[in-house]
Amino acid sequence: MTRESEWQLALPLTLAYAAFFLVPLGLLIAVSAFGDDRITTLDGAQWRKFLGDPFTWKVIVDTVKLGGLTVAATSLIGYPLALVYLGAGPRWQRVILFVVILPLLTSVVVRTFAWIVILGREGVINQAVLWLGLSPAPLRLLQTEHGLVIALTQIEMPIMLLPLLSVMSRMDPNLRDASAGLGASKWRTLVRVTLPLSLPGLVAGCMLVFASATTAFISQFVIGGNRLVYLPLIIWQQSLVVYNWPLASVAALTLLVSVGLGVAAIAAVGRRGRAYAV
Amino acid sequence: MLARRASDLTYSVVIGLLAGLGLLVLIGPVVIVLLTSFTLGRSIKFPPSGLSLQWYRLLFDPVSSSQIHRAALNSLEVALVAMVAATVLATLASVALARRSGRWVRALDTFFMSPMILPMLAFGLAALMYFTFLGLRPSLPLIMVGHTVVVAPFVLRTTSASMSQLDPALLESSASLGAGWLYTFRRVTLPVIAPGIAAGAFLAFVASLDNVPVSLFLSGPRSDMLPIRMWGMMESMLDVRVAAVSGVLIATVLALMLIMERVVGLTRRLRD
Repeated sequence: MTRESEWQLALPLTLAYAAFFLVPLGLLIAVSAFGDDRITTLDGAQWRKFLGDPFTWKVIVDTVKLGGLTVAATSLIGYPLALVYLGAGPRWQRVILFVVILPLLTSVVVRTFAWIVILGREGVINQAVLWLGLSPAPLRLLQTEHGLVIALTQIEMPIMLLPLLSVMSRMDPNLRDASAGLGASKWRTLVRVTLPLSLPGLVAGCMLVFASATTAFISQFVIGGNRLVYLPLIIWQQSLVVYNWPLASVAALTLLVSVGLGVAAIAAVGRRGRAYAV
Repeated sequence: MLARRASDLTYSVVIGLLAGLGLLVLIGPVVIVLLTSFTLGRSIKFPPSGLSLQWYRLLFDPVSSSQIHRAALNSLEVALVAMVAATVLATLASVALARRSGRWVRALDTFFMSPMILPMLAFGLAALMYFTFLGLRPSLPLIMVGHTVVVAPFVLRTTSASMSQLDPALLESSASLGAGWLYTFRRVTLPVIAPGIAAGAFLAFVASLDNVPVSLFLSGPRSDMLPIRMWGMMESMLDVRVAAVSGVLIATVLALMLIMERVVGLTRRLRD
């Protein structure tokens, strides 16, 4: 092995990815083109059936909307926390970083379970509501879209914050001091200095949250129930309940394309924003 | 001046309140799950009606919780194997790609990182169909392969970050002093990137342990995985042992996280 032949060290991972990642994904595309669940007729009938059904489009829109709402909620709450991190001393920075990373490393199933405890009929929120007399009967929070968005906001918050904290910790503090020294108010400094400088982190966080929230099958299923239908539920039902693999593949590719388009849209908005800031 | 003060005050109040809400939302559920797991009652309720260890006792009972134990052991076994495989493959790849540029290198890097953003559920289904067409039945080795693919990017990211901090002058002086490639790798490169590798390996382990989308498709009756079993326990009349399992998982992650923080500065590495 020499410096020149070092590139060969990438071969094992490349081969592993080719055999167990690229080929299966190619197979997914191939299977989706078959019309029947026994995978014999190659006529693309499942695509026509799936995309011709108005219900499908409602599910796609709902899935993208769920991702969008989660992105909005995590940015709204996560960005101010990143601002506080930026202004905090080293000790508080460590505390905030710890509070962000502990849930990140806690299983998604555990975090989903927590929200059943919080949103359920005898849950934390309903106990507070009944005790305060805000409502005569327990509210229905599980199996509703806003309940699911609340839960996903917490579940996805750490992956919004990591890229944000990363840019914040590299930001030159002199720039904000200069802005304040020149007489700009805190709001103005936020909009004209901090926000443009941290935009790459915010965009990265939004992309990760969007991709994760739209695919979070267990959270969607356990908190949303089977009345709220998103693309992951269709993939699961078609593949593991009714064994229609071509249709499951069509739904999986639809999810893949929807996530890809959503992420690309977020990236485009980010580029626009940067052009505006400069 | 007064208007300016008022504006700065609203800034502090608004940002402070939202950030406080953020902290509460992040840590609250973890605390609530921990407290719930010590409940004296028969149902999941917060605040718990009295404290007891009854659910932990039931969870550790070898007879009535044998399925959970089986699933937990399967998950641990898979996580260890996937961690080792992903660490070896991704470390080699990041050494290969470090300090190289060009279209192919960038394309390969994007390819290696793509499982991070691609819907894992689509990959899980693809892997199930692929293995089925190869005539294989769902089993632990297949889950290990699937997990290795999806957790390798974690190792690649942290190791590449530490590779970029390696001073090329060190490598050159080692080579000019007559050291061979392997010797230089062992004595110069590895000591510098070891913390990055360790942090990545830890993340890969945790990601495999928590993985749902791949296990969902590749686990079967003989290869039950812990997150899938927990999902089942939440679906059919909420089993309070889920709270106890969650408590054990949270305590484990917390302990590992504190160790990794001491040894390799985990949180800083995750941030950068």
